[in-house]
Amino acid sequence: MSYIKKPKIIRDNALRNKLGMTLTDYEGVMSTLCAGCGHDSITGAIIQTVFDLNIEPHRLIKLSGIGCSSKTPAYFASQSHGFNSVHGRMPSVATGAHSANSELFCIGVSGDGDTLSIGMGQFTHAIRRNLNMLYVIENNGVYGLTKGQFSASADVGSTAKKGAPNVQIPIDPCQVAISIGATFVARSFSGDKDQLVPLLKAGLMHRGFAMLDVISPCVTFNDHEGSTKSYMSTRESKREALYTDYIEPFSEIEIDYDQGSSIEIDLHEGGKVILRKAEKEFSPLNKSDSIRVIREAADEGEMLTGLLYIDENTPDFTEMENTVNKPLNEIPFDDLCPGSESLISLQKNYK
Amino acid sequence: MSKPSHNNFTVKFANVNGTGSSSANGMFMKSIFRMGIPVVGKNYFPSNIQGLPTWYEIRASEKGYLSPSGTVDIMVAMNAQTYAEDLASVEPGGYLIYDSSWPRKELMTRDDITVLGVPLAKMCNEAFDTARSRTLMKNTAYVGVLSALLEMDMAVIEQLLLDTFGTKKHLIDANKVALDMGFNYAKENFKCPLIFRAKTSNKTDGHIIIDGNATAALGCVFAGATVGSWYPITPSTSLMDAFSGYCHSLRKDKETEKNNYSIIQAEDELAAIGMALGAGWNGARSFTPTSGPGISLMGEFLGFGYYTEIPTVVFDVQRTGPSTGMPTRTQQCDLMACAYASHGDTKHVCLYPANPEEAFYLSTEAFNLAEQLQTPVFVLSDLDIGMNDWMVKDLEWEDGYQPKRGKVLGKEELDNMENFYRYLDVDGDGIPYRTIPGRHPKGAYFTRGSGHNKLGGYTEDAAEYQDVVDRLLIKWETAKTLVPQPDISYSKKNKIGIISIGSCNDAIREARDVLKKQGQALNYLRVKAFPFNDQVEKFMTQHEKIFVIEQNRDGQLHHMLITETNIDPRKLESLRFYNGIPIFAKDIIQKIEDRINAGQAA
Repeated sequence: MSYIKKPKIIRDNALRNKLGMTLTDYEGVMSTLCAGCGHDSITGAIIQTVFDLNIEPHRLIKLSGIGCSSKTPAYFASQSHGFNSVHGRMPSVATGAHSANSELFCIGVSGDGDTLSIGMGQFTHAIRRNLNMLYVIENNGVYGLTKGQFSASADVGSTAKKGAPNVQIPIDPCQVAISIGATFVARSFSGDKDQLVPLLKAGLMHRGFAMLDVISPCVTFNDHEGSTKSYMSTRESKREALYTDYIEPFSEIEIDYDQGSSIEIDLHEGGKVILRKAEKEFSPLNKSDSIRVIREAADEGEMLTGLLYIDENTPDFTEMENTVNKPLNEIPFDDLCPGSESLISLQKNYK
Repeated sequence: MSKPSHNNFTVKFANVNGTGSSSANGMFMKSIFRMGIPVVGKNYFPSNIQGLPTWYEIRASEKGYLSPSGTVDIMVAMNAQTYAEDLASVEPGGYLIYDSSWPRKELMTRDDITVLGVPLAKMCNEAFDTARSRTLMKNTAYVGVLSALLEMDMAVIEQLLLDTFGTKKHLIDANKVALDMGFNYAKENFKCPLIFRAKTSNKTDGHIIIDGNATAALGCVFAGATVGSWYPITPSTSLMDAFSGYCHSLRKDKETEKNNYSIIQAEDELAAIGMALGAGWNGARSFTPTSGPGISLMGEFLGFGYYTEIPTVVFDVQRTGPSTGMPTRTQQCDLMACAYASHGDTKHVCLYPANPEEAFYLSTEAFNLAEQLQTPVFVLSDLDIGMNDWMVKDLEWEDGYQPKRGKVLGKEELDNMENFYRYLDVDGDGIPYRTIPGRHPKGAYFTRGSGHNKLGGYTEDAAEYQDVVDRLLIKWETAKTLVPQPDISYSKKNKIGIISIGSCNDAIREARDVLKKQGQALNYLRVKAFPFNDQVEKFMTQHEKIFVIEQNRDGQLHHMLITETNIDPRKLESLRFYNGIPIFAKDIIQKIEDRINAGQAA
């Protein structure tokens, strides 16, 4: 946002989390995105999330592909290992990194181009593996860094800055993700931090692939009249299907909610989500229901937000693969190398 | 011309794919091996599961020459579809065995060979009940015929049957019936032995019969690799199959029986290399096996790995190109594709095993080099090494071996450090220090394929950018001191030399023996790694003429030698073999004689 580096100042009375760290400790380098970019708000929400969850920065890895969205991991959690990979291939790097050490928290940040075009293959296969990660799509319907081409999430009829309408059917990452087995699917809006932060927290504490599609307007190339992903248009079309609250482990539930119409789900990595229904006859535990309400809303020109689908029971990648419950990268060499006697013995089969 | 001999002959089997011939052919080969006779098997198979022609060639060689002879002394012609060409390929004085169950109107034949008809199908139809066993046992029956014709040790074959089928008594019995049937028929109807014999010898003690994908996989297991990602592609698939098999028995957690490894079948090669790099970045020893088309797909990530300095190991089991090429035929056609894989200024450390034995040792070494040099390292084998059965020395392992993990900062070092910078050349060898995620609060850094400075920060600054890519060249120089030295056989007397690579080795060994007998001794250097170390240039300097022998059309090694050293290119003569069949000694001899004669005539 600003090109002038400012020194980080931590005030004595700054709010500290259980690790004694301040919000500033979870920041990254200065953003170089356009002023007003939705992505910066998401970055702020991620900082709030990891601060609130008391995550030790070095126990978090943050990965991305290429594009405006993929620059953002540099803007949060500077004390975490970051990985800015190649275009559309962040999921494979996350898969490998996760295999080496499945105990780390993993946040992947991608965009609509990075995920739904060049990265569609890897995106879908990371979902099929139910890789334990939080996958955030910063979705603005447009290629920003190459100056304004439509992306695969652009709605039919949405116009480019110069007026030409998009004619190709958009890919909805939420519908795709639910249909091929994502175990946590949510949609939000970069301008709605109150909704976004609990979803990020729940997604990170979910075990398995948590996908969060965040509409994040591009102020430079897609915020004009006629765009369906502008700030104004998004505020008008979004409708919350469920109100999501994340409750930290061992903390009191302070919010008021009608237990009859709400769902409580314990999350594997800690804490629970409480879902207060806004939409009648909709269960986020049922795939068909989820896809139906998303489509019905879309038919009415509305964009459904909130936690749209959750399944906390499907095994994640590590469990599916029957991998040991400890980091592979910490197993001593002597436990990995079978040694000379084994080699002699197995060669008898080749005599 | 086939000459009388014992323990020097080539038997070729012409079969139809999917008829179960390979186990019988393998049994024949292993029996010869167990009789103490050096032997090698070459499988010429189609890119197909059932119905197309396939050949298996077994060469017995008392001297232990392990390249194919390029000649056929005994043809077992079991495929009517290829009969004419199989008949034509037999050496004068040789033999052809065919299934004479059905009378043929006109049997194509030759006057200069002996054709032996055996009613294999007829005998098997009478002896066995099911269609499948009738088909399979024909194969065992011709092994029986051969065992009589070559006067093989039947006790060895019978023991092999017991070892192969273990407790499956019905299979042992059926195979024994078929074997005896063939044996007896040959004894009763032909003069046994032929002009060739298999005579018990002692040349195979301390050896095994194994393929190079299995040994490369063993290398991964012994090197402590924990993450393997892959996408199925011929001829590399059996490498991961082997790794999986070995891990299943050798890599289970003692307490939980869970896997001390992760094998990920990726959605494509682009993902396979991404996974390998992700795991390498996160401190696991990782690898991905592939072949040429996979290398092309991995290109972008390989440059990323080079620039961001992430260790991983890529096995390229080469097959013929260009494009899809012939997936089941061998070539050394990815030398340049791997050495310079990816856009921008990139170059990669490559290792070139010559046979399955070296594939084991260089595989383990690749993991060391990848971590010491913090870069992707390639092991370039080929279909011939990877999928054919070779006789090699027993593999050895020294207990107490410790892997070289390179410059990874531990807890104490980070505790005592003010700031950690990922790309700082502290030691002057071009290799910076790295940290493993998750281990220490001070270890964090940002990995990016975009321009970065020596501190690890993003940059578009000319000097800062250049600083890092120049430092990578210093690392390249360090690599020359760490990669394996070439294999050199040198005598001051000889002015002409050969430089070659990988699986050409056995054919060259044989060709040199023959040429030496003819008064043309040649020195020999076999490149084992890229970048080339000083020895390679020195060898070229010492000779007036050097034949560069390789298995590709464009002379890729030849080009690399010219590009990467200061040698006078006129000294080098490129000899290329690229029809997809493993290289023959006789073809090398022919080409070298032609070139030397042409040189003398000029």
